[in-house]
Amino acid sequence: MIRYAHFIPLLPLFAFFINIAVGRRLPRKGDWVSLGAIAIGLAISIGIFYEVFRVYDPNFKYHVTFPWLDLGGRFVIRAGILIDNVTAVMLLVVTGVSALVHLFSVGYMHGDPRYSRYFAYLSIFSFSMLGLVLSDSFFFIYIFWELVGVSSYLLIGFWFEKKSASDAGKKAFIVNRVGDFGFLLGFLLLFATTGALGYDEVFQAIREGKIEGTLLTLAGIGIFCGAIGKSAQFPLHVWLPDAMEGPTPVSALIHAATMVAAGVYLVGRVYPIFTPDAFLVIAYIGLVTLFITATIALAATDIKKVLAYSTCSQLGFMIMGLGVGGYTAGLAHLTTHAAFKACLFLGSGSVIHAVHSQEITEMGALRRKMPITFVTFLVATLSIAGVPFFSGFYSKDMILGAALEFGLRNPKHILLFAGALFTAGLTAFYMFRLVILTFLGKPKDHHKFDHAHESPPNMWVPLVILAGLSFSFWYSGWFGDLVKKPASAVPVVSAAVHGEPATADSSSLAAALPHAQTPVHEASTATHDVSGSRTERTGGHAAAHGGESDHDAHLAHTAHTWAMFSSVAVGTLGISLAFVVYFFGWVNPDRVAAAFSPMHTFLRNKWYFDELYEATAVNGMKALSRGLGWFDLHVVDGLVNLCAQLGVWTSFLVGKFDNSVVDGAVNGVATVTIESGSFFRRFQTGKLYHYVFVLAGGILIIYLVKAF
Amino acid sequence: MGLDKLLVVGAALFCCGLYTILTRRNAVAVLMGVELILNSANINFVAFSHYVSRTIGGQIFAVFVIVLAAAEAAVALAIFLRLYATTGTVEVDTADHLKG
Repeated sequence: MIRYAHFIPLLPLFAFFINIAVGRRLPRKGDWVSLGAIAIGLAISIGIFYEVFRVYDPNFKYHVTFPWLDLGGRFVIRAGILIDNVTAVMLLVVTGVSALVHLFSVGYMHGDPRYSRYFAYLSIFSFSMLGLVLSDSFFFIYIFWELVGVSSYLLIGFWFEKKSASDAGKKAFIVNRVGDFGFLLGFLLLFATTGALGYDEVFQAIREGKIEGTLLTLAGIGIFCGAIGKSAQFPLHVWLPDAMEGPTPVSALIHAATMVAAGVYLVGRVYPIFTPDAFLVIAYIGLVTLFITATIALAATDIKKVLAYSTCSQLGFMIMGLGVGGYTAGLAHLTTHAAFKACLFLGSGSVIHAVHSQEITEMGALRRKMPITFVTFLVATLSIAGVPFFSGFYSKDMILGAALEFGLRNPKHILLFAGALFTAGLTAFYMFRLVILTFLGKPKDHHKFDHAHESPPNMWVPLVILAGLSFSFWYSGWFGDLVKKPASAVPVVSAAVHGEPATADSSSLAAALPHAQTPVHEASTATHDVSGSRTERTGGHAAAHGGESDHDAHLAHTAHTWAMFSSVAVGTLGISLAFVVYFFGWVNPDRVAAAFSPMHTFLRNKWYFDELYEATAVNGMKALSRGLGWFDLHVVDGLVNLCAQLGVWTSFLVGKFDNSVVDGAVNGVATVTIESGSFFRRFQTGKLYHYVFVLAGGILIIYLVKAF
Repeated sequence: MGLDKLLVVGAALFCCGLYTILTRRNAVAVLMGVELILNSANINFVAFSHYVSRTIGGQIFAVFVIVLAAAEAAVALAIFLRLYATTGTVEVDTADHLKG
C-alpha cells in the first residue's frame, strides 16, 4: 500500500483540474470527483497506517526520491516521498478530516452558485496539505507551504461578494506571508551553509557542524516563523479568527486538522535542527499565544469566534509542548485536536445551518431540537476541556507533564507550566460557557428556536465519527510507542559553548533537552533503553549526565503524575465555574463584566491586536507606501522628466545645428552656384562679334605669350 | 613669287574676314567674312604644300575645305531663312534667345 503513497496527493490534484474545467457540466456538479479522490486517499492512508502499525517500529522510514530538476549536473533537486510514523499519522488525520469535511460540505454547500468550484478548491487544498505532509525536503515543503497559503486564501474568501470575507482571505494570505518570509530566510540560511535541501542531508550537515551556534538558532527561529504564521501563533494569530468568514466546513478543514496543523507538523518535522535557545523561543511563543487567545475566547459571543480562539489556544499548547521537549505530546495533541476540533467546527456549522445565526446570545436550549449535534458537541467539548478518558485529556496532560518536567529542571521557566495549567482551566470554562449558552438553559430567541431543526444525515454522520474519535483509547499506548522524539542534530558541546555564559543553569538547560527525549507518559524499561541509546548518540554529553538517567525517569514520572492531578483539578474547577455562572446563574456574568469593565472591554476588543497592527503595521505600511509614492512621483519621475527635458534641450541644439550648419551648407552650395551663375551669365551676351572678338583677342594673347 | 608673299596675302585676307565678322550685323555678310577666313587658310595650305612639304596633301586639304565651305554655306543660308521667317530680319544681334 505504501507504494501507492504518491496517489494520495495526486488524486485531489486531478480532481481539482477536472472540477475547475468541467465540474459544472458533470452530474451532481462534480462533488463526487473530489469526494472520491479524497476517499481513495483516505483508503490508501488507512492502508499505509495499517502497514506501519503492523511493523510497529519507532524508527520506521520509507523514503523514495527521483531527480526533479537537474541544474547542469552539479546540482540536482530531488523530489521524494518520506513516510515515517509521524507522516503516517498525519496522512490519516488530514485525509480523514478532509474526507469528512467533503462529505459534510455536500449538505452544507447545497445550492451554492459556485458549488463545483468550492469542491475544486477543497481538492487543491487537500493536495497542497498532503504534499506538505509527504515532502522530504525543505524545498518541497516550502512549495506546498505556499500552495496551502494560496488555497486557504481561495477558500476563506470563497464568498467574496461579502467584503468581510474577501478581506479575511487577504488578511490570512498577507499575515501568512509575513511568517513565510521568515521560513524562507531560515531555509535559505540552512541551504547556504549546508548546501543540502533534504531533511536527512541537512540534519547530517548540522551533526558535522557545518552550521552551529547563533546562526543555527537563527535558522531554527526563521523556520519557526513559518509555523508562527500558519499555526496562528502570537504575534501573527490575528488572521485565524477573521478566517471564520469562510464557509464553516472550510473552517473545520483549515483550522482544525490541516493548515494550522502544518506549522506544528513543520516544527515536529525539522525538530532536530533546533538549538536549546530556539526551543525556548518556541516554548514562550506558545505560552503567550495559548494564554492571550484563551482570554479573548472568554469574552467572545460568536460561536465560531470562540472556537477560532480556542484553536489558537490549543495550537499554542502544541507549540509550547514541542518547545519544552514534549515532541510526542505536541504531535499527540495535534492528532487528537484535529478530531475534536473538527467535530466542534462541524457541530457549530450544524447549529448555524439550523438557526441562521452565529451569536450564542441568540441560542439556548438547542439540546431539545438537535440531540445528535448536542451529544457530539458535548463529547468534543469534554475532550478539549481535558476530562479524563477523552482524547484531549490524554494529549494535554502529556504537554502539561512535559512543561512541568521542564520547569522542574529549570526552575526559572516554571512559568511555562503555570501559565499552561491556568489556561487549561480557562479552556474548560469558556468551552462549557459555549455549550451551556448554546444547548442548555432556555431559548433566548423563540423565533430562531422554533425554526431550528436537526441536520440531515450526511451532516451528522461526520459529527458522530469525529465524536467517536474523541476518546482517548484510540490514541493511548501506540502513539507514544511509535511517535518518538528524534535525536537532536545539534551537538551538545556547541550548544553549551554558544548558549549563555557557562553558568550551571544554562548547561543544565542544554542538558535537559536531550533527556526530555524520554517518552514522557510512561516509565517502562523500554524507555530506559531508548534513553540510554540516545545518550550515547549525543556523545560527550553522556559522560557528564549519564548517571542521572534514573533520576530523570523518576523526575519525569513525578512531573506527569502531578501534571495529571493538577490538570484534572483545574478542568473540574473551570467546568464547575461555567455551570455556576451560566447554568445556575448564581453569579450574574453581566455584573461581573460590569465590575471588571475595562478588562472586559479589553478582552472584547481582542487585546486591541487588530487596532495595534492597524496603527503600526498597516498604517506604517501605508505611510511607507505614501513615502515611496512620493519618491516615485518626485524623484523617479523627476529623473525621468529630467531625462526627457535633457532630450528636449539636446534636440533643440541639434535642430539648431541642423538648421544652420547642415542646411546652411546645402543652401550655401546653392547660393554660390546661383551667384556665380548670375555673374558668369553676363559673359554669354549672345552677340556674335563679342565671341569673335574674344576669340581673336585670345589668339593674339597666345601669340604674344609665345613670341616673348 | 615666294612663300612670304603668299603668306602675307593669306594674312591680309584673314584680317579682312575677321574685320567683316566683327563689324557686320547682317548674317549673310558675316558668312562672307567666314568664307574669306576659310580661303585665307586655303592659301596657307597650298603655299606650304608647294614650298615646304612638297607634297599634294595640302592642296587636297584645300579642296576639302572648299567643299566644306560650300556645305556650310548651304546650311547657314538655310538657318538664315528660318531666322528670317521667325524674326523678320537677318540681323545676328536679334538671334540671342539662348542668352541666359
